[in-house]
Amino acid sequence: MTPTASALAWTTEEVRVAGSSVRLRTAGRGAPLLVLHHDIGTPEQLPFYEALADRFTLLLPSHPGYDGSEGPAFMRNVRDVAVTYQALLAERGLADVALVGLGFGGWIAAEMATMSPRAFRKLVLVGAMGIKPADGEILDQALVSYIDYVRAGFEDQRAFDRLFTPDPPTPQLEQWDLNREMTFRIAWKPYMYNPTLPLLLGGVQTETLIVWGRQDRIVPVGVGEQYARALAKSRLSVLDGAGHFLEMEQPEALAKLIVPFAAQA
Amino acid sequence: MHLMYFTEQPMSAYPADEGRKRGATALMFSNRHFDPVAGSRLYNEYLEHYRLAEEVGFDGIMLNEHHNAPFCMQAKCNVFASILAAMTKRVKIVLLGNPLPLADNPVRLAEELAMIDMVSRGRLVSGFVRGGGQEQLATGVNPAFNRERFEEAHELIVRAWTQEGPFRFEGSHYQHRVVNPWAVPLQKPHPRIWIPGVLSKETIIWAARQRYPYIALSTAIDATKKIWELYDSVAAEAGYTSGPENRGYLQRCHVAETEEKALANARQFMWMQGEFTGLAHPVWSSPSGYFSPSYRKAFVEYAVGRGSNPRAASFEDQVRDQQIIAGTPKTVLPKFRRLLEETRPSILGLWASDGFVSNQDTTTCIRLLGQEVLPAVREMGKELGLWSPFEANAPVGINQPAPPVHRNGA
Repeated sequence: MTPTASALAWTTEEVRVAGSSVRLRTAGRGAPLLVLHHDIGTPEQLPFYEALADRFTLLLPSHPGYDGSEGPAFMRNVRDVAVTYQALLAERGLADVALVGLGFGGWIAAEMATMSPRAFRKLVLVGAMGIKPADGEILDQALVSYIDYVRAGFEDQRAFDRLFTPDPPTPQLEQWDLNREMTFRIAWKPYMYNPTLPLLLGGVQTETLIVWGRQDRIVPVGVGEQYARALAKSRLSVLDGAGHFLEMEQPEALAKLIVPFAAQA
Repeated sequence: MHLMYFTEQPMSAYPADEGRKRGATALMFSNRHFDPVAGSRLYNEYLEHYRLAEEVGFDGIMLNEHHNAPFCMQAKCNVFASILAAMTKRVKIVLLGNPLPLADNPVRLAEELAMIDMVSRGRLVSGFVRGGGQEQLATGVNPAFNRERFEEAHELIVRAWTQEGPFRFEGSHYQHRVVNPWAVPLQKPHPRIWIPGVLSKETIIWAARQRYPYIALSTAIDATKKIWELYDSVAAEAGYTSGPENRGYLQRCHVAETEEKALANARQFMWMQGEFTGLAHPVWSSPSGYFSPSYRKAFVEYAVGRGSNPRAASFEDQVRDQQIIAGTPKTVLPKFRRLLEETRPSILGLWASDGFVSNQDTTTCIRLLGQEVLPAVREMGKELGLWSPFEANAPVGINQPAPPVHRNGA
């Protein structure tokens, strides 16, 4: 759906794991890097993915219930997704994996890190949900339309227009609705955070890079600071002129931060 | 036939221009616009209308509830049901109904309803609904589990009414260590359950499987016929033959001494029309996971302003399709005959006025309905064999018998 100069050649498969069916796309070569997408799902092709696939074996699952992965009726919280991905990595026999979590996917990645405090090579959290903001609120998609919600995540509306067209077609809206329904099933209340997460993150020993868009209108930048305080081995990098969907708005700047960090031993 | 009086209990005494400016009058429309002085007056006027409805011959009073919106002031139908249980003598108290998914403790609902049934000496009809879309947001209840919660709460309430306690209930959404409410309903095997609805096929199918009467809320005649086709086919699959005793309809109907006045007042049905109007917020009224998946395309287009409200139609269309009937008692009767002949309901709610219709005009309307419309409609019902669940002494549910006749209430 998204036009790009050179499309990544994904290998796509359905993996049955821990009671769910996950649509898994793989591309590139090198050390394994698991990318966890936003609550709105993800376009198939992004320059950001190309930049990562140059250096890593990129694993891009569609969360259960999102973007064509079957919706598991049993799931009730974000930890269920985190456990599913632990099982997926085990099923693939993968160790020493770097995690990159984007927004909602950042919350899943943070939960995974608490479950395996030393197992991951690196952790990258980009505009991650999961912690209750000390100031402000996480934008509640239950109160805004599909288009308004996604637009709120872009500082530069032209980036939205390029990716989704100024007036996204109905099938895109239907997919956003399906994804939103699954988000409600697992993150409805408390909305978009886990009150125990900040404390549990205290046990994580994984080196963590936290990246935020200065103009993030979905998750306040202060949450990045809260993550930095909760995670012992972390640093926070804030990008100017960018909103929540950093990987779509500033793919090069974000990849430039992530690639060397995730490649370190 | 079973003929019921209904009002949405509109809170018309608020600045409508503020609502239009806001673009929506539900959920986030500030309650600073609520005037409790007017609210107190209106609640008491509505009670007088109910009293009058019983006096002029209605068989039942239909109550509902909504939240955070001026189109309906009644925030808890069990409150008005309790008042009516003591204030009235003869009419059935028909709740359409308690929004089950919004309840975190369905056993409490079972107790309240049992009390209403006993105080009213067995006049309760206990309908259940899913609650409006925006009400899921207002109560913080997950819209994606709305239907699951509805079905599970229903199961728990019926068991609390019919199964001797104590017992334990371990559901998917409700877990109760001890279910053992002291108060149980007077009516046996339990109060009748009727299910109202407007759009979702899932609800029609569920009601038919339970053998509960379905009350179509002001649908157009052709749409109503389709509802009964579906209901009848599900009933046949479930092993019984459905008939008028399974069919209810809520008819908006305003009568006055003159045609002109009736039509002018009937326009007030467009004042709000519940959450089904243009003043409902397209996102809040249809949260993801709440609406029927078969309407996903229509609702997402509505949510971004690309499509019209799947629940809305213009005044002229609704008059043409008889979703709204207005006139003098004489001129409305042929329309009732058409409705009854074509869709054959035995339960008929009459939603008599809405919005800014004056207290005096509403009172006149109720009187005219009682004196001139109800007797004629009753005769039509007899002629057409439209026997209500009470007249037919129909089973209370798919697995429940008909009530023993000597205990069947007033």
